[in-house]
Amino acid sequence: MLEIQNLTVEIGGRRILNGINLNVEDGFKNVLFGPNGAGKSALLMTLMGFSGYKVVEGKIIFKGEDITNMSVYERAQMGLGIMAQRPPNMSGVKLRNLLDVISKNDSKYDELAETLDMVRFLDRDINVGFSGGEIKRSELLQLSVQNPDMVLLDEPESGVDLVSIEQLGITIKNLLGGKGKCAGERCKHGKSALIITHTGQVLDYVEADRGFILCNGRVMCSGNPHEMLEDIKSQGYEECVKCKMNYL
Amino acid sequence: MQDELSLKKKAEDALNKSAAYGEDFNLDDYEIASREEKITEDLTKLSSDDQKTLLNVGVVPNEENRSGTFIMLNNAVSHASVKQDDEVELMSHQDAIKKYDWVKDYSWKLVKPDADKYTAMTYLQNADGYFIRAPAGKKSKMPVQTCLLIGSKEVSQTVHNIIVVEEGAQLDVITGCSTRKGVEKGLHLGISEMYVKKGATLNFTMIHNWAEQIGVRPRTVVHVEEGGTYINNYITLKSVRSIQMYPTVLLEGKGAFTRLNSIGVAHPGSELDLGSRVIFNAPDTKAELISRTITTGGKVIARGEMIGNADGAKGHLECHGLVLSSEGTQRAIPILEANVEDIELSHEAAVGRIAREQIEYLMARGLTEEEAVGMIVRGFLDVGIQGIPDELKASIDETIAKIGEKAI
Repeated sequence: MLEIQNLTVEIGGRRILNGINLNVEDGFKNVLFGPNGAGKSALLMTLMGFSGYKVVEGKIIFKGEDITNMSVYERAQMGLGIMAQRPPNMSGVKLRNLLDVISKNDSKYDELAETLDMVRFLDRDINVGFSGGEIKRSELLQLSVQNPDMVLLDEPESGVDLVSIEQLGITIKNLLGGKGKCAGERCKHGKSALIITHTGQVLDYVEADRGFILCNGRVMCSGNPHEMLEDIKSQGYEECVKCKMNYL
Repeated sequence: MQDELSLKKKAEDALNKSAAYGEDFNLDDYEIASREEKITEDLTKLSSDDQKTLLNVGVVPNEENRSGTFIMLNNAVSHASVKQDDEVELMSHQDAIKKYDWVKDYSWKLVKPDADKYTAMTYLQNADGYFIRAPAGKKSKMPVQTCLLIGSKEVSQTVHNIIVVEEGAQLDVITGCSTRKGVEKGLHLGISEMYVKKGATLNFTMIHNWAEQIGVRPRTVVHVEEGGTYINNYITLKSVRSIQMYPTVLLEGKGAFTRLNSIGVAHPGSELDLGSRVIFNAPDTKAELISRTITTGGKVIARGEMIGNADGAKGHLECHGLVLSSEGTQRAIPILEANVEDIELSHEAAVGRIAREQIEYLMARGLTEEEAVGMIVRGFLDVGIQGIPDELKASIDETIAKIGEKAI
């Protein structure tokens, strides 16, 4: 589904990602770990094509096509979608209006809006005055209506209260999940995803396939996401850097 | 009589007096528009072009959902009708002066004839216009619609309107100003004096839809008494040569409130000098001024002014300007003045382009760049104006879509 090849990215002349190689197979849900400032969000923003993230080397292949130089719109049309960490205030743009456009005026989102407790936000300006948790729910609602083939989730659980987190987790599970149940053939059902998480709470709802640790703009290692999370919880990220140093 | 003579003298002396702002038009370049026009009883009998012109400024020819209709063509009244006499009174200014002795006390009281050459000319021509009165306690459910139409080429139109909303009454007025198809050049001079009495409410919406070589010089002053509310919505989205106005609201009674929303788009070759001024002359008065303007190549000057002269006055001024072309100019001039201690006046002003991250946020949801800009522009211009007919909404949408295309 997604192949990232030797991706090197700069923001305002400062190198932020350095030779990233990372794949997300069809139907796989991969997880990005890493300390603050490691470049995780920058990677997702670069994949979506936001300006300011300048690819100086490497390629992004999505569904077999090189999308490195495509516009944000073209990537979205191809089936890529993002739940951003810090979306901009959209003064004047009502959530309902955007959902109508995304759903092509098919107002099937009412039920989900209800579930995510977003009905009272439908006629408000998107993100303006929203709390952290409200932004997450709004993003997830938009993303679910958009229904992309591959989703990029940037810390979906951060800022969400304990009551809402279950609803959020279930909604993400529904968004990512396919109809099939066969664990042996993950590629045949469900969406692909690349998920950033610090706490791992979202992994209670999403069956993660592979984990990657990002440090200083580099992929330090990959492996079983659950084991990785346990290691990070007990030893922090220091060990990973050491591990990489030893390997070199 | 002496008074009238001295006013006349002053007006004559002011005929060459340039206005403080805006392009200085030479009044002699325009023929004075006709004072004789055909009366049209049934507006649905008008040509389809004329009907479309009316619709595009919010005036519905079949008069559905309107309590009254008034059409001024050039310098003559061509239609005046009301559905229920007891709810609202609507007639020409000249007829009102004949009917009521007191109307002359409301004429040229708020606007001075010698303010500038445009007021002077309007005074000296003894211009006609509409007179609308909402009797005390009457709350009409439907708005009165009026249209001021320039119907001939290269003429100057002079209009003098008076609105009186009596104690406890409520009135909605939609005024559309436009030119007949084919009229590209002209001058519109419009005096409006509005009186909102104790506890009364006036919702006034003005839609301008001019042509490329039209000069527009409205002169409006509103007087609001105790507990009164004056809401003003102003929309101009089409090409025009020059609009310069500085409507002023005088909050003269305790607790009076006003809100003025202005929405304007300056196309290449257009100059919009849109001001609004509130003077807080009574305690606990409140005001909000909101200006949202876009330039696609024209010049915008957004002036907002609040002068606090009484304790407990509170006002906020918001002035946002989008620049969608390097050919265009946006100048925001907020002015706040406090003359007593207990005053709270504030403003926020911002001019610039649409943030790239906002456009891309929408693109990431599958919108094209054009659609994204259109959506942001539409949101920017949406200040929640009520009672706009669907036809006008469609026309506004069309204008916004064009702006979206051009912005990229």
